[in-house]
Amino acid sequence: MRIPYRPLAIGLVTLAFSALVLARAQAGDRHFFAPVADPVVKEECGSCHLAFAPSMLPARSWQRMMGELDNHFGDNASLDAATTEKITSYLVANAGDAGGQRYSSKLLKGVAAGAAPQRITELPKWVSEHRKVPDWEWRHKEVRTKANCVACHTAAEQGSYDE
Amino acid sequence: MKNMLVVTSGIVAMILSTATLAGPREDLLAQYAAAAKATGFSAARGQALHTQSFSGGKPDTPSCTTCHGKDTRGAGRALTGKTIEPVAASVTPTRYTDPAKVEKWFKRNCAEVLGRECTPQEKGDWLTFVIGQ
Ligand code: HEC
Ligand code: HEC
Ligand code: HEC
Repeated sequence: MRIPYRPLAIGLVTLAFSALVLARAQAGDRHFFAPVADPVVKEECGSCHLAFAPSMLPARSWQRMMGELDNHFGDNASLDAATTEKITSYLVANAGDAGGQRYSSKLLKGVAAGAAPQRITELPKWVSEHRKVPDWEWRHKEVRTKANCVACHTAAEQGSYDE
Repeated sequence: MKNMLVVTSGIVAMILSTATLAGPREDLLAQYAAAAKATGFSAARGQALHTQSFSGGKPDTPSCTTCHGKDTRGAGRALTGKTIEPVAASVTPTRYTDPAKVEKWFKRNCAEVLGRECTPQEKGDWLTFVIGQ
């Protein structure tokens, strides 16, 4: 049997090329954080606030948060065990330190190895990106809280944090 | 012609089922009625519950209207700034059709506002109020 080297080689080149293009396309927009695509996560984690992009926190942050939903920033956000487990695996699989997500790791810059920060808005990088936002803007009645990303980043639901 | 007939009877069946057969909302109300041993629910009592200020829950959420707004047909707003679709069933027709969702939020929101669970009577009154809105 003869192995058809040629088509195989062409196939590999095409594959490598499209991977390259894809990586470029993502690199082109460093403000992009893939939004939550799972409908269950969107429903359960997106009703009180924007369903935060899983890539904005490391996996261990999500693991800790999902284990303490009965006291979630003062709210009781607890869910049944099966739903909790399903959401946890989604968040962990798409977390900022899950392989290959360079751009969100920028947001995670300065986070100590092993730390499990619970707030995106307290990440050193997030704080420095927002240092120029004046005080009155945070207190504006349309903003109310730093966690209300959509008030300023109108396309946050689509994953874009361009100004 | 035969096709037409099938389609028409299909439509008729659909209209009939939404109009006369019990939907998830009716089932839910029936469950609350059984649990409350209630003779009936009152939209007026539901409205009172909706607008009343309680002191048993969290200080920043004294009332259902804190998040759901005074106007049942207008959008509400969570404390995090997130918009909440109107609670009036006429404006948000998808509401109160998933019993697990309704129960989940009664549990959370009654704890926030009243500092305790709502009784089946209160739940039935409140649902009767917003379904009629
Ligand atoms: C019952 C309402 C509610 C639900 C449901 C809920 N949250 Fe929250 N969440 C809050 C509140 C309140 C805060 C604090 C917001 C603030 O500081 O303004 C918060 C804050 C957060 C923050 C930190 C935001 C920051 O400051 O960086 C993250 C991350 C978060 N939630 C993730 C989740 C996830 C994941 C789920 C789904 C499992 C979820 N939330 C479901 C109410 C909720
Ligand atoms: C009060 C308005 C406001 C709120 C609320 C807000 N941001 Fe921002 N954000 C800004 C401004 C202004 C910038 C700076 C843009 C610049 O310098 O180009 C910024 C920059 C960013 C950047 C960097 C993008 C870049 O240009 O490199 C990210 C990522 C980001 N915000 C995420 C978030 C997230 C996530 C939230 C919610 C947890 C949030 N922001 C809430 C105003 C806000
Ligand atoms: C802290 C804010 C907050 C308060 C206070 C609040 N709610 Fe809600 N409520 C929500 C959010 C957020 C949702 C889920 C989002 C949605 O359904 O649009 C919700 C959903 C609901 C649902 C489920 C609706 C459905 O479509 O199935 C019911 C029922 C409900 N609330 C009842 C109440 C009652 C009764 C009170 C007062 C005792 C109350 N809520 C007070 C935030 C609040």
